[in-house]
Amino acid sequence: MSSYTVTAPSSRQKWFAGTMVVIYALVTMIPLVWIMITGFKSPADAISYPPKVVFEPTLEGYVNLFTTRTRQTEEFLNANPPQNWADEIVRKYDMVIVGQSKFGERFMNSVIIGFGSTFLSIFLGTLAAYAFSRFKIPLADDLLFFILSTRMMPPIAVAIPIFLMYRNLGLSDTHLGMILLYTAVNISLAVWLLKGFIDEIPREYEEAALIDGYTRFQAFYKVVLPQAATGIASTAIFCLIFAWNEYAFAVLLTSATAQTAPPFIPTIIGVGGLDWPAVAAGATIFLLPVMIFTILLRKHLLRGITFGAVRK
Amino acid sequence: MAQIVIKNLKKTFGDFNAVRESSFTIEDGEFFMLLGPSGCGKTTTLRMIAGLELPTSGEIFLDGEEISQRPPSQRDIAFVFQMFALYPHMNVRRNMSYPLVSQGMPRAQVKAKIAEVAHILGIEDILDRPVGGLSGGDRQRVALGRAIVREPKAFMMDEPLGALDAEFREHMAEELRALHDRMGATTVYVTHDQLEAMQMGDKIVVMNNAVVEQFGTPQEIYDKPATMFVADFIGSPPMNFLPFKASLAPGASQVDLNGTQTAIPALRQGGAGQLVFGVRPEHIQLDDAAAYRGRILATEYLGTTQIITLDTANGQVKARVSAAHPAKVDETVGLSFKSETVTIFDQTSGHALRSALNDGSQIHG
Repeated sequence: MSSYTVTAPSSRQKWFAGTMVVIYALVTMIPLVWIMITGFKSPADAISYPPKVVFEPTLEGYVNLFTTRTRQTEEFLNANPPQNWADEIVRKYDMVIVGQSKFGERFMNSVIIGFGSTFLSIFLGTLAAYAFSRFKIPLADDLLFFILSTRMMPPIAVAIPIFLMYRNLGLSDTHLGMILLYTAVNISLAVWLLKGFIDEIPREYEEAALIDGYTRFQAFYKVVLPQAATGIASTAIFCLIFAWNEYAFAVLLTSATAQTAPPFIPTIIGVGGLDWPAVAAGATIFLLPVMIFTILLRKHLLRGITFGAVRK
Repeated sequence: MAQIVIKNLKKTFGDFNAVRESSFTIEDGEFFMLLGPSGCGKTTTLRMIAGLELPTSGEIFLDGEEISQRPPSQRDIAFVFQMFALYPHMNVRRNMSYPLVSQGMPRAQVKAKIAEVAHILGIEDILDRPVGGLSGGDRQRVALGRAIVREPKAFMMDEPLGALDAEFREHMAEELRALHDRMGATTVYVTHDQLEAMQMGDKIVVMNNAVVEQFGTPQEIYDKPATMFVADFIGSPPMNFLPFKASLAPGASQVDLNGTQTAIPALRQGGAGQLVFGVRPEHIQLDDAAAYRGRILATEYLGTTQIITLDTANGQVKARVSAAHPAKVDETVGLSFKSETVTIFDQTSGHALRSALNDGSQIHG
């Protein structure tokens, strides 16, 4: 019998585990891939049955997503040749592009509100977590429990008071209002997660910095923050994903100026019939920032999740 | 370089007394050991000197200046942590230059200083390595380097050898002592290891339960323990305690140990009731002519010496005698004590009675 250890998996076990992971990945990836593919289909291909896996790709969905169009008479179309490639695509349906849709604006709103509230949650959360971790605060446990209790019901349960409050304060349909709202929801998560990470950082590092001639605040941002980078990155991803995907409050509290992408995307359906490729294109573009952010912080995220478990 | 004077230093955490009214003086250039079991307040004392804890009351003088309430950055004291506390996100060079950068020292000067200290410690070749992959000994040297570069008035060391394995500890202890002798800097060193304290220290403070038990040179502490705690804590095996009942007047120079008159150093202070006859293992000789008898229970061979455990009328004692001395288990032998080394303790208070032996040595507690 060949030598083996209790902890190291055999090659057969590895092969089996690898196969399971690939199958699982495929299953979870299919809807995502389907949306991305649909974005490049023509409206007819998108709703054909049985579904088409092989089709002629087109940018129709993306053009429809970003533009507004009107139907025109044949004389008008003949008199005005297509302005550009996008115009040419819509000519097939006797339409001309008359302007930009609101998608770009809504997407930017999502970026501002999503990243703004993530930044604010992390900034306040890190300071609060550091204070809870390092200083003797009267009633610290009760305060932490209070902070956590804000997550004990679904945020939408307080939708009506928030709606009324925002209307009176003039925060309805403003970027600031949405940033503050998402920060309020995320901050409890941020404080609790970050406190755990900061608790893991030995105090000796700060004490060494104090001895080395730095102030408490310098010790915090020069020594503690770099150590907490992993925790901050993973917390930031969680905060961003929540703020980015939030739908209910966005529907309720935003309309003309600060509307984010999630409530906007379904409205595309209403413009000129069921335009699934445009919806799919919108969803695809909407996915990108969180995906890029997560990939950039991937290394930290993995370390963040196993943090504490592997530290001696 | 500096003298450190501790006056009535006290620290409480809520209801818990970490340090009670301690006073002692650390002379300029001394290698000073704070020794005691864990939880005795030695680390808290060290942290108060460094400024990482503020005392509840009392004063700390560094070179005549009262510093007890100042932030650590204004004390000019370096600290070496048990777990080294090297900044993990910086390489060796940046770790060592960190205290200099905070003082705003020009870059060229920092570089020269680091090179000089690296040379002293023999770590020139690892300066650009990250600290993560260093061996325990190298981490220790880097931690020392970070303390030395600043040329502080004093060094605080919190069990700096505690994280090293036994083999390497011996070597590092020698290196540390040599480094201290070369720099002549006042060093305060916390340890729970009595051998380390005896081996390296110029002076030792023994603490227990938040109070200073005794303060003196290693020889004084070993030969003239002020309390039963010190006598028991220092020395391996520790001092033998033979309890007896008596009423001794000042001037008494012998005691009655279960019917055997045994000489002791002349007492300067009387005592009565439950007393304890304290004698170190190496000050007991196996002597067939002696009247005091004991039965051999066990022998431990240690090369040049052996430790013999005996059962006597006053309880078990351990004697350290030459390995060549014949000793058989169950044999009954006579014991003689080197009378001038004996300490008599009051069992209730645990304090040594003043005698010709320990008169004049500093006793606290």
